[in-house]
Amino acid sequence: MSDSPTARRVSRRGLLTGGALAAGGALAGGVAVADPPWVRTASPVPVAEVGTAVEPFHGPRQAGVATEPQAHAAFVAFTLRPGTDRAALGRMLRLLSDDAARLTQGRPALADTEPELGLLPARLTVTFGFGPGFYTAAGLHAQRPPSVVDLPAFRIDRLQRRWSGGDLLLQICADDPLTVAHTQRVLVKDSRPFATVAWVQQGFRRAAGAEPGRTQRNLFGQIDGTANPRPGAALDAAVWVPDGPVWLRDGTTLVVRRISMNLETWDLLGRTDRELAVGRRLDTGAPLTGEDEHDEPDFAATGPDGLAVMPDFSHVTRSHVSDDRLKILRRPYNYDGAPNPDGHADSGLIFASYQADITRQFLPIQQRLAERDLLNEWTTPIGSAVFAIPPGCAEGGWIGQQLLD
Amino acid sequence: MPRTSVAARRRPAFLLAAATALLAAGAVGCGQSGGSSAPEPSASASGDADAGVLGIRDPWVKAADEGMTAAFGTLVNDGDADVTITAAATDVSPMELHEMTMKDGTTVMQPKQGGILVRAHSSTVLQPGGDHLMLMDLTRPVKAGDELTVTLTFADGRTQTFRAVAKPFTGAQESYAPGHGDTPGMSATPGTSASPAA
Repeated sequence: MSDSPTARRVSRRGLLTGGALAAGGALAGGVAVADPPWVRTASPVPVAEVGTAVEPFHGPRQAGVATEPQAHAAFVAFTLRPGTDRAALGRMLRLLSDDAARLTQGRPALADTEPELGLLPARLTVTFGFGPGFYTAAGLHAQRPPSVVDLPAFRIDRLQRRWSGGDLLLQICADDPLTVAHTQRVLVKDSRPFATVAWVQQGFRRAAGAEPGRTQRNLFGQIDGTANPRPGAALDAAVWVPDGPVWLRDGTTLVVRRISMNLETWDLLGRTDRELAVGRRLDTGAPLTGEDEHDEPDFAATGPDGLAVMPDFSHVTRSHVSDDRLKILRRPYNYDGAPNPDGHADSGLIFASYQADITRQFLPIQQRLAERDLLNEWTTPIGSAVFAIPPGCAEGGWIGQQLLD
Repeated sequence: MPRTSVAARRRPAFLLAAATALLAAGAVGCGQSGGSSAPEPSASASGDADAGVLGIRDPWVKAADEGMTAAFGTLVNDGDADVTITAAATDVSPMELHEMTMKDGTTVMQPKQGGILVRAHSSTVLQPGGDHLMLMDLTRPVKAGDELTVTLTFADGRTQTFRAVAKPFTGAQESYAPGHGDTPGMSATPGTSASPAA
């Protein structure tokens, strides 16, 4: 595979004029410049180009990890069918990689039954993850990254089977929900000979361009993700495996947790208590000891009452990590189901975190939060899954090839 | 004349053809984008023929465990002379060149008399509901993700091979009942290739 993929200019005009849609050049100047997957988009995509914007698929690292989060996501987990062995996994991943390579670039999938839905990628990414059972099915126990095992049980967990586990994960993200839906349909159809659908979690953030440059908000109204490692060296150190064999290097790991957020009991809290629980201002996201969102919290600061301004039980205090190599990259999405007949919400967060090593980075944070995070009063983990994110692939290759071929 | 199991009405068949043509046109348009270095999509890179009589764009075959199935793709003739395909062959099945045509209000499949013509500086789309390369009787399963090597023979005696990837595909049911008379509903069983091993 190539070590130095270059960002590819994809001329949407060129693509579309080949088809039946662009008579008259409706998409004037529709040229998107695609960054490598590990570089965040520096500036927001102009609204007129949201549909045609392209993220690269090929490269040493998979897209959809360091990629600036898109507005919509579907996390689709599969259970491999009995008999899906190493050879079958290779055939499956060739098909799925080809689907992803085409759809992310605004081309319909091969044998796409709705090809018109494949023309607007809206920064579509498809990120492949391998659960523990994947390595078992492939007979490749020794190649499973050691930290990719079911998480230990936490006191706060109320895990449901319907949101947990999975042998293969496809994280499908785009700035357009119809693109996500079509991509999910294509990938699920091509998976059916090999796997059954274990669970699907669909989530959202603000619409593309609605709040440029802003950290996302969850349905508690909190700014969510401030402590992420900054794009560049800090993110790279936290997320990507820097060395090792080709099937490991430039990979990462993913923890997906479905966190139910109890909006009914959260409603009972006043604003001050809400801010104390998380340790940040709700409006700016600044730590209670600071002015701006990205100010470092001062855990030594005390107030007039002699108590720590950042309470020991606050979410920020419990989860704080200084060393970039020990941070995690949180890339969560909100979910919002239908309220029940009494009007009680079914809302929460699809917590998704990327880190080079789950044991070294994720688990210590999670253990501190499970022990004593006041937010636990209003949040409940109801699903949990872990996946290895293998390296990317070059043009003509497929995801998982380094492992399975 | 063989009949299909599905009494396809004229309009849906037309729509399907139009949609697939759009797909094919998009792929061709990409290849023509200003002589740029934009590479071809990955799977078709392996499926595209080497410099041959025709360009074979986006070839695929419907995965099937047994019986009949069909291969599809877009045949591109960049040359100055018309080209006619007179035969196709694989090592997994006898093959025929078929077309779909309207007869008494239903779509029927029949061998394409005179072969499949690809005019100079033009292209012909092989697609569900239209012309296709028919695999008449599989000797082994064509599993999803398999690559099948197909050899085309042209009227002037030249040949060309290409590789087509097998896709799970529940459409193209008309491919499954030639010569079997009217057997509505039989089409769901063959060709779904549910088992990954075999």
